[in-house]
Amino acid sequence: MTIDFTVNGKSVSLNIDPETPLLEVLRNDLELNGPKFGCGLAQCGACSVLLEGRSTRTCVTPVSAVNGMKITTLEGLGNEDHPHPLQLAFIEEQALQCGYCVNSMIISAAALLQSNPNPGNDEIKQALAGNLCRCGAQPRILRAIKRAAAASGGNGS
Amino acid sequence: MKTTRREFISTGGLLMVYFASPVLALAQYTSPNPGQSGKSHGNEFVDTWIRIESGGKVVISAGKVEFGQGIRTALAQIAAEELDVDFSRIQMTEVDTSYSPDEFYTFSAISIQQSGGRVRKACAQARQILLQLAADELTVTTAGLSVSDGVILDGGQATTANYWSLLEGKNFNAVVPDEVVVKDRKDYTLIGQPIQRLDIPAKVYAQASYLCDMRLPGMVHARLVRPPRTGLSLLRAETDGINSMPGVIKVIRDGSFLAVLAKREQQAVNAAKSLASTCHWQTTVDETNSDNISAWLKTAPAKTYPVTSRSSDKTADVTQTLSAEYSRPFLAHASIAPSSALALWDGNNLSVWSHGQGMYPLRGAIARAVDLKQDQVRCVHVESGGVYGHNGADDAACDAAVCAMSLPGQPVSLQWSRTDEFCGEPLGSAMTVSTQAGLDQHGRIASWKQVVWSGTHSTRPSGPDGAGNLLYAQSKDQPLPSPPLRSIPQPSGGADRNSVPIYVIPEIDVTKHLVEAMPLRVSALRSLGAYANVFAIESFMDELALASKADPFEFRLAHLSDDRASRVLNRLRDQSDWSNRPEGGSGEGWGMGFAKYKNLAAYTAVVIKLQVTDSGDIRLDRAQAVVDAGLVVNPDGVRAQIEGGIVQACSWTLKEQVNYRPGAILSKDWSTYPILTFPEVPDVDVEIIDQGDHAWMGVAEAAQGPTAAAIANAVAHACGVRVRNTPITPNKVNAT
Repeated sequence: MTIDFTVNGKSVSLNIDPETPLLEVLRNDLELNGPKFGCGLAQCGACSVLLEGRSTRTCVTPVSAVNGMKITTLEGLGNEDHPHPLQLAFIEEQALQCGYCVNSMIISAAALLQSNPNPGNDEIKQALAGNLCRCGAQPRILRAIKRAAAASGGNGS
Repeated sequence: MKTTRREFISTGGLLMVYFASPVLALAQYTSPNPGQSGKSHGNEFVDTWIRIESGGKVVISAGKVEFGQGIRTALAQIAAEELDVDFSRIQMTEVDTSYSPDEFYTFSAISIQQSGGRVRKACAQARQILLQLAADELTVTTAGLSVSDGVILDGGQATTANYWSLLEGKNFNAVVPDEVVVKDRKDYTLIGQPIQRLDIPAKVYAQASYLCDMRLPGMVHARLVRPPRTGLSLLRAETDGINSMPGVIKVIRDGSFLAVLAKREQQAVNAAKSLASTCHWQTTVDETNSDNISAWLKTAPAKTYPVTSRSSDKTADVTQTLSAEYSRPFLAHASIAPSSALALWDGNNLSVWSHGQGMYPLRGAIARAVDLKQDQVRCVHVESGGVYGHNGADDAACDAAVCAMSLPGQPVSLQWSRTDEFCGEPLGSAMTVSTQAGLDQHGRIASWKQVVWSGTHSTRPSGPDGAGNLLYAQSKDQPLPSPPLRSIPQPSGGADRNSVPIYVIPEIDVTKHLVEAMPLRVSALRSLGAYANVFAIESFMDELALASKADPFEFRLAHLSDDRASRVLNRLRDQSDWSNRPEGGSGEGWGMGFAKYKNLAAYTAVVIKLQVTDSGDIRLDRAQAVVDAGLVVNPDGVRAQIEGGIVQACSWTLKEQVNYRPGAILSKDWSTYPILTFPEVPDVDVEIIDQGDHAWMGVAEAAQGPTAAAIANAVAHACGVRVRNTPITPNKVNAT
């Protein structure tokens, strides 16, 4: 079955088993590094991408479900030459230890900032309640998101 | 995707290959030359640690691995400092048994002490050799020479000589002497600076950084079929139908080890699921479960070790005796990344890419487990999620090796499932700790008795002799014998780590009972026994302070003779505004905990401020910590380790327990093993007291115990309920 969708602005057309998890397609077929395998159960958030602007767990999303849709991964948000404010803020705040959850945190924060450019602490914490970090970097992640919000125009308070 | 530059350098006849992005580098370089590894790059040689590269670079190889703790950045700072070169000139290599120094495991919060000291000495020696070369070239003595970013200065004036021209790509051909003159600390410009971590930009830009980002040509995917807990024999499995499933390459069975290989990842997942449904595993009649384990530990066959015994000439006039018993359940490392590995067998040599903590010990263990010689095996570290001790990483590396050896010439990517990790990883042992103390008429502690019951905290597969600790080695048709029970001796200790109170107490008696056979697989989890022992000691100190009608800070300070310890406590008392601590029983609780990690490393004191609701729910508001880790290489790195340690310990203490019944682990995913979520994380403030005159000390495990006790003490302060068994849940708060 042919599935067509857009990833980071590029059109993709794949002839593939429609039940294949989107995560496998992004990681193994398209060789994208952003989304990670964490649980395969939609419990941790490591595999998140923006699907039509919404943070979505790709480990439980069959590729057939994204036919005709637009996906943005962590690498699509920005790169060294054109960084996203969240990426800069995560570097500035050194907001990760192992970093395996950083995809999850930045993707969910990006979705939050789109709908709420100036979130308060509690709004950020609630928005990331389903995103697990085992190293305990959450205090820094919180600061990084506020910094990015401020840099993007909100006052970050 | 960014293409990286490949470079070759020669060290003692060994071709060494590295890239700016290590993962891509490894993906491209898959033809190891392990036959030449060994003596030519022993730890004693300068060339093992440092290479002056043409083009103005310095390559440092150390034997400690990065897993997000920032060790590579700190070591790069130490190297740049000692060599007097700009930090940006330093490149750190991965740990690779084909060229790296052998620094055993990256564990026990001792990387800075061990590797930092070795890198410093090697670089100091390299600098001296370079200065002598410069003196020869300039026909002067070394007395007037100095270095600025690799350029040799004579009397403060730049000369034509620099590191890169002097060595011209040649080797140092020198050993690192035992005694080397190192830079005076007053001249430090890089050590002590909060330099940003080297690995972070690539991670936030999703450049290849992790093991899972390695994609080798022709790579196939492997998944395991595991029992519901480790140690159960596979009685029956129907493999016939599995071989004909889409994409399946083969099913591997060796005794109770069961794996499937498939072309695509999901095909391997599907095949493993189908295969699992045909499996019949041995059942057990264990007498323990997660509800009775702490009591069972005290009755189980155990080896007994006296830890310390100190008596006083003066017979103490004890007016009051208190006793208490504390426990913690089995805890999981629970990395966000389930264990994985990549392996390639070319018919003669085996390459394994792993996120384990020790590549050299792993190499020896895998070689033994799969019947190869050590020099046929190359192990390379590549980052994955944090490990926090001995989790499933080493097992997965061996599993991948076994799969790869059944498919010569094809790289095999092996991924444990979430449930494989929870049900297969060695857990942090359940522990029970009893304390008893006598108070004299002045409210001072006259005597202290502590007894620790625990499983071992060390079943790492440390080299060939430790191979029997690998899951594959235990599961295969001809299993390797289990290594003997290991008791880590004092002063570090394993189960007894931090079991000796550091307070001034005339009579102290501490005993450890190491249970010989635990119902679940156990090994090292961040801080080993220190978490439970400090939880017990520091909870009990608050109970004793209450009995003495003393303030918790005052009570501890009155029993301390170590000025650095007192300074940390005094500082935290001020920082936490302790004099404005609310009245007890108000629902708002402030508690503190303190320890000197291993009684020989970092001093860490933690105050926790929390709320206990009428229904017993606990809400963490704030954690404040003061740390003295001696000379600090990177203060932001120290701060990050303490912050993370506090948050992780909050999770252990409030939420975590591996639930099991005979024959099965019930905590198998994040819904059945919940950890602290974002809204539950407190604000965290860390202050570092930089003691530049003292030796540097590791901090990575220092916050675990003090945080646990601070929470228990804060809960007791908030609502008068003393909970002595973690996790401290609303049920336990309400039950008393």
